[in-house]
Amino acid sequence: MTNSILASPALILIIAGLLLPLLPATLRSLALLAAPLVALLMVWQVPDGTVVTVSYLGFELAPMKGDKLSRLFATVFAVMAFAGGLFALNQKRTSELAAAFVYAGGAIGVAFAGDLITVFVFWELMAIASTLVLWSAGPSARSAGLRYAAIHFLGGVILMAGIAGEVAVSGSVAFVPLDISTTPRKLILLGFLINAAATPLSAWLPDAYPEASWSGMVFLSAFTTKTAVYVLIRGFPGTEILIWIGLAMVFYGIIYAILENDMRRILAYSIVNQVGFMVTGVGIGTQMAINGAASHAFAHIIYKALLLMAAGSVLFMTGKRNCTDLGGLFRTMPLTTICGIIGALAISSFPLTSGFVSKSMVTQGAADQHMATVWFLLEAASAGVFLHAGIKFPWFVFFQKDSGLRPSDPPWNMRAAMILCSAICIGLGVMPQPLYDMLPYPVAYVPYTTSHVMLQLQLLLFSGLAFFLMLGLLKRTMTITLDVDWLWRTPGAALMRALDGAAGSVASASAVLSRSVVTVIQTRLRRHHGPDGVFGRAWPTGTMAFWTTIMLGAYLVLSYI
Amino acid sequence: MMAFEHHLPILQVLVPMFAAVLSAFCMRGTTAWAVALVASWAALLIAVLLAIKVFASPEPISYVMGGWTVPIGIEYRVDRLNAFVLLLVTIIGAVIMPYARKSVAKEIDSHQQAWFYTMYLLCLTGLLGITVTGDAFNVFVFMEISSLSTYVLIALGRNRRALLASYQYLIVGTIGATFYVIGVGLLYLVTGSLNLADIASRLGGASAEFQRPIIAALAFLTVGICLKLALFPLHVWLPNAYAHAPSVATVFLAGTATKVAVYLLIRIFYSVYGAAMPFTSLPVSEILLVMSVAAMVLASLSAVFESDTKRMLAYSSVAQISYMTLGIALANESGLTGGIVHMMNHGVMKAALFLALGAVFFRVGSVRLDDLAGIGRKMPLTMAVFVVAGLGLIGVPGTAGFISKWYLAVGAIEKGYWPLAFVIVASSLIAVVYIGRVIEVAYFREPSANVASTRDPPLSMLVPMLLLGAATLYLGVYTEWSAGLAQDAARMLLGGLK
Repeated sequence: MTNSILASPALILIIAGLLLPLLPATLRSLALLAAPLVALLMVWQVPDGTVVTVSYLGFELAPMKGDKLSRLFATVFAVMAFAGGLFALNQKRTSELAAAFVYAGGAIGVAFAGDLITVFVFWELMAIASTLVLWSAGPSARSAGLRYAAIHFLGGVILMAGIAGEVAVSGSVAFVPLDISTTPRKLILLGFLINAAATPLSAWLPDAYPEASWSGMVFLSAFTTKTAVYVLIRGFPGTEILIWIGLAMVFYGIIYAILENDMRRILAYSIVNQVGFMVTGVGIGTQMAINGAASHAFAHIIYKALLLMAAGSVLFMTGKRNCTDLGGLFRTMPLTTICGIIGALAISSFPLTSGFVSKSMVTQGAADQHMATVWFLLEAASAGVFLHAGIKFPWFVFFQKDSGLRPSDPPWNMRAAMILCSAICIGLGVMPQPLYDMLPYPVAYVPYTTSHVMLQLQLLLFSGLAFFLMLGLLKRTMTITLDVDWLWRTPGAALMRALDGAAGSVASASAVLSRSVVTVIQTRLRRHHGPDGVFGRAWPTGTMAFWTTIMLGAYLVLSYI
Repeated sequence: MMAFEHHLPILQVLVPMFAAVLSAFCMRGTTAWAVALVASWAALLIAVLLAIKVFASPEPISYVMGGWTVPIGIEYRVDRLNAFVLLLVTIIGAVIMPYARKSVAKEIDSHQQAWFYTMYLLCLTGLLGITVTGDAFNVFVFMEISSLSTYVLIALGRNRRALLASYQYLIVGTIGATFYVIGVGLLYLVTGSLNLADIASRLGGASAEFQRPIIAALAFLTVGICLKLALFPLHVWLPNAYAHAPSVATVFLAGTATKVAVYLLIRIFYSVYGAAMPFTSLPVSEILLVMSVAAMVLASLSAVFESDTKRMLAYSSVAQISYMTLGIALANESGLTGGIVHMMNHGVMKAALFLALGAVFFRVGSVRLDDLAGIGRKMPLTMAVFVVAGLGLIGVPGTAGFISKWYLAVGAIEKGYWPLAFVIVASSLIAVVYIGRVIEVAYFREPSANVASTRDPPLSMLVPMLLLGAATLYLGVYTEWSAGLAQDAARMLLGGLK
């Protein structure tokens, strides 16, 4: 039994992560590449059903339980650990790499968890490790890291309260599909949704991720939100509220990404947007939709990593992250440009890329259930994705104006990682069958029908057209000052402006509000709990004696009534 | 051999007591230290032997002093609950003694070192005595022994504020002990007995006639003991005492003294009152519950704003102790198990944290947060222990703290107290902030000049720390020694309730 626990792919990555800082530099690179590959091999060795049981706290836990869904997610997590490790070979801060591997191990652990307590254990491990990844970026990430840790530990608290309640109510820790009829299960769902960056709790993601280092964000984008999608598929398939939460995420991501200037924050918002598609799929809950959500998670991890590698390479080579400071890099960074465009096409579900064969299953799931509203919204959102991530990111970073920057392509390992991810994106787009074979349900879906390809191409074409027609407008959002005369130039512009203004003022108002509320709370707390506050300072002895008397009096009074 | 085994309960107290006398005659600190070391380890051995014996048989061990029969004579009585507490106290004592020599040599003048060990041994005697005895007045005697020696231990701190802290604790501690003895006096008047088990058996019959004195006695006992265990708002002596005492004394007190008071509270509530009258008719649960919840939140918040890390951990102790009193107040199996196991878990974790700070003080000469910048890279092992034990304090799964939190949360939910379960887990969020602050300063800031040439402490200090750090993880994964024994004790206590 002990042997089988040691044979867990999660543990391999975690141990590798913990040992990394102790290894000499050359061995470290070797370990960075070898450990994920070993883990990947082990993922495929996990058979169906419970492999190991452990008794803990009086429960029989199943820390390793395999099925197709588990293996699908574990596979992509292991692949991502490899690609990320390859990309990050020249990361000087070993602490980041160590934390990233523990983080990846935690994600694989969740994927194979057969019971809620195991889920929680790895969940917390991921929260700690991802905070360390973030903190490793240096002093600038300090406060973002604390905010990130706070929200994730809050999520962990909610999840734990839910799990403890589930145990008290049902007496079982099994991780099976749950309905949301009881309070504990609602808490579990809420805990999961916080990690999925569900609206209105999405803000932590674009707040924290862009503060990570050039390689850190590649890791961060892959694991937290996607394990959340995994546990939602496992625990709450077909829960209707998820459809609407998912749609809200989709549009939240699009609107904010269009208004954003920082290239990595654009991509962060688009993570929320893409996870929204998956959450919607989970909410629809049919076999087709679940397949769609799972395969989209798989495809998304790879192409989002690719996009972030491209952005990371730009950041690594230039040290700049704002669209307004970048542009024209295609001249000297051709490979990065090409890989970035492949990633952008994949996220826009361009035919022959992985996004096309996966996302369409979600929309098809909605169509099959005759959910017309949902279908329309998803299709409209697909156009929006192309707008913000498909064109905006590559256009402003690699083309547009000439920023005068002349960086070369990044070192070989970063190029190799990007090429690897590009190859997977296109490979899955051209030959989706291997991916379909890994999905939890049998697939009877043909992505490449004439009507579907045409529909998607038209959608992309017209949103592309819209982008270049409104380029001037979109550029306006690049600057910080806003010109009033734009307001009456064209109705379309007015709409954009209104949207921009509304979103902007809501965002800034809520930011100001929350900041001032936090400040007020903090000063209040400090006044009472600080070293000079009533709870923090040393009391005179007489006061202590006085309180003792009060306690005794209160006790006696309460005893006799 | 048989005779020796028979006398184990009294030896548990006598060994440290005679060692204290011996150590008082030592001129040199090192000799006194050797005496204390041997005595601490012997005490641990005795506690282990006692625990093996107790957990093997359903009946508690009873030892009668000098041939006087119960209830006239003093009886020492070891059952599952106090065998567990004896283990905790002696483990902490045995682990910190190797650490003590260098730390004490650094912090205390050489002519006072022997006195330090004498006081430590007396304190150990007192704590073990409170735990092992089955006699209410004997408890008071040992309580005074441990308190008086604690006042001296605190006053030995280098800072002159240690004197004030010690003086404050002296006043407050004396009030607490007085309340306790008043409570015992009332019980004696009603039942005519000082033997705890005997009081319990007579109390039921007397309760109809002497309702008021019995309840008043409970009020005095509770408030008196709560002063000793620093239940909010009677905790104010504790942060100063912990902050200004010598490092080793802080470790010892934080790991053991408050836990023994918690034990005493459990004993009075469950074995004396609970066995005599229906537990729900006693006005204890509600008050303890409210105070515990207040402490969890308010004391944790005070820890957040503290800039002296020792004081910070002291406030955290106040919050953590309230987990134990909460378990007492919940009075169901899961809750009480959580409270009892948290005595062990918190004792180990907090001792590890204070040991790490003691090592920092040993090298850097300060434990103020600002002076710890970048120390994580200079004292990697020390701070690793701090981080692991800190995660335990937060209650991260895989550490000891998670086990306690889990049982308490389940206990609260079984009672139907949903919001309470939430507060329990949410209060650990505040621990994220104050532990996170230290981690952030220690690892993610550039080392300042005064820590630039620091390194991990010598092996004799390092090994005890690492041991307790490892124990934090071990107790988080393998629970049969901690939660298993605690559950046994909780079942026994609840089974004895009327």
